[in-house]
Amino acid sequence: MRTSVMSRSVYTVINIAILLFILIPFLWMLSASFKTQIQILSPDHMFSFTPTFKNYLSVFKEYDYMQYISNSFIIAAVSTIGALALGLPAAYAIARHRMPYFSLAILTAKIIPGITYLVPWYILYNKVGLIDTFAGLILSHMVIGLPLVMWVMIPFFEAFPAEVEESSWIDGCSKVRTFFQMVLPVSVPGIVTAALLSFIFSWNNFMFSLILSGENTKPLPIAVFNFMSNTSINWGALMAAACIITLPVIVIALFAQKYVVSGLSAGAVKG
Amino acid sequence: MIMNWLDRRLKWVFTLPAVLFIALMIAFPIVYTGRISLYEWSMSAISPPKWVGLDNYVSLLKDRAFWTSLKITIYHSFFSIVLETVLGVAIALLFSRNFAGKKLAKAVMMIPMVATPVAIGLVWLLIYEPSIGLANKVMKSFGLPTQEWLGSVTQVIPSLIVVDVWQWTPMIALIVIAGLATLPADPYESAAVDGATGLQKLVHITLPLLMPTIITAVTLRIIDLMKTFDTIYATTQGGPNFASQTLNVKIYDTAFVNFKLGSASALLIIFFAIIMACIVLLTAIRRRLGGHL
Repeated sequence: MRTSVMSRSVYTVINIAILLFILIPFLWMLSASFKTQIQILSPDHMFSFTPTFKNYLSVFKEYDYMQYISNSFIIAAVSTIGALALGLPAAYAIARHRMPYFSLAILTAKIIPGITYLVPWYILYNKVGLIDTFAGLILSHMVIGLPLVMWVMIPFFEAFPAEVEESSWIDGCSKVRTFFQMVLPVSVPGIVTAALLSFIFSWNNFMFSLILSGENTKPLPIAVFNFMSNTSINWGALMAAACIITLPVIVIALFAQKYVVSGLSAGAVKG
Repeated sequence: MIMNWLDRRLKWVFTLPAVLFIALMIAFPIVYTGRISLYEWSMSAISPPKWVGLDNYVSLLKDRAFWTSLKITIYHSFFSIVLETVLGVAIALLFSRNFAGKKLAKAVMMIPMVATPVAIGLVWLLIYEPSIGLANKVMKSFGLPTQEWLGSVTQVIPSLIVVDVWQWTPMIALIVIAGLATLPADPYESAAVDGATGLQKLVHITLPLLMPTIITAVTLRIIDLMKTFDTIYATTQGGPNFASQTLNVKIYDTAFVNFKLGSASALLIIFFAIIMACIVLLTAIRRRLGGHL
């Protein structure tokens, strides 16, 4: 009895320690975002400090973060819609008719380092004037979203009972209409997973935007990164900016936890 | 009529837009990269691309900086993946028991995976800051000497490994937790009849049954691990003195800092070959252990 109580409390302590270790960097980020530069630089103000909102105010007033947030949102939202528009019908066709080469192409797109595309895109974008345009960035972010959509949706459509569709065809409904009116509405959970993953990965993307964006289209990650490259680092404002980027994705992920986890590890627990 | 026509060609009509997109944005760039890797080109209007054949590859293989960069990539990937796998499996076994707040624990574990990598990089930059960072505060409180962390040529990779382990161990853990839930109950029942201890059950039943899941998780992780860019670039940009210049960062610098597009493309092709080799190897291992990817 005694040992079981002991081992249980040890167990609890270890669990809490692990979770704390995961959370500490975020807590550090959050607390620094409410400190003045002086409080961050002096060792006495580690835990006791009066929170200031100056960092957040300066991020919005001096550095025009509203613009970057809106850029990021436009790119992530439109590229997600684009990836769904291309990916949903394709995933359905692949799930119903075996198309191994196509699946292989999708897998390759997931494996290939992003930077492989970046060099040729950079050259081509320069030629056709797509650098620093929303169209250019959205196209590049669709390359992130499309494989995610296919990856989530192919198994989802495969699991959809074929008899249901067949009975709809027999009733005289065309295959195209069946897809839009029957299959898609039932597939909402899968579509939500795919859309969330696509949105999050576009929102977080750094490498593509670093090269392909400019003053007109600069998304949040690049704005924050440039912020740091300024002469002396204003840590408080930097951490406030870091909180502003991270908060939306964490909120989305927590609300849709089940979907995101299954999406991120899709295919891993099949065999 | 139109519907009929569409229906008969559904397979092609539905995939055509995606196929065109993939051809334009993915296949064409890859072929193009292969082509530029045979040229010397610096993106300037004055000097057009110059055909050099395999020269870019030859000079890369002779270049010591390339081999150093490869070593750094392997160093970073190898220790990260080993630590992440061991810790991830341990945490999964720990969390597989039911306890109050299990849902909360899973939610917390997901946060580092979805948080914006640049933001994560910047937070760790502050944590590792030698004079004001948390890392040295912890060292001091234990009476240990303070360190340079990201500023030191020898410590920068271990410091980045800690960041990667912190960020991605939860992914391995979550996949293994899901795998644990699918294990059959029979072997455990017969083991209980035979009076097996907890450790015996772990070594002889749980781990072997989990192996395919673990290897899949490792494969997924290692593909991304070798491509790590955001957290490294946001913290060190490959420094100090190129000590954290992994292949991915080196390709970026070659292409977009030095504008040697031919050389960068040759590097890309080699990098891609290395990643493919790793995947083939891990898939073969998994096949031998049973199961399929």
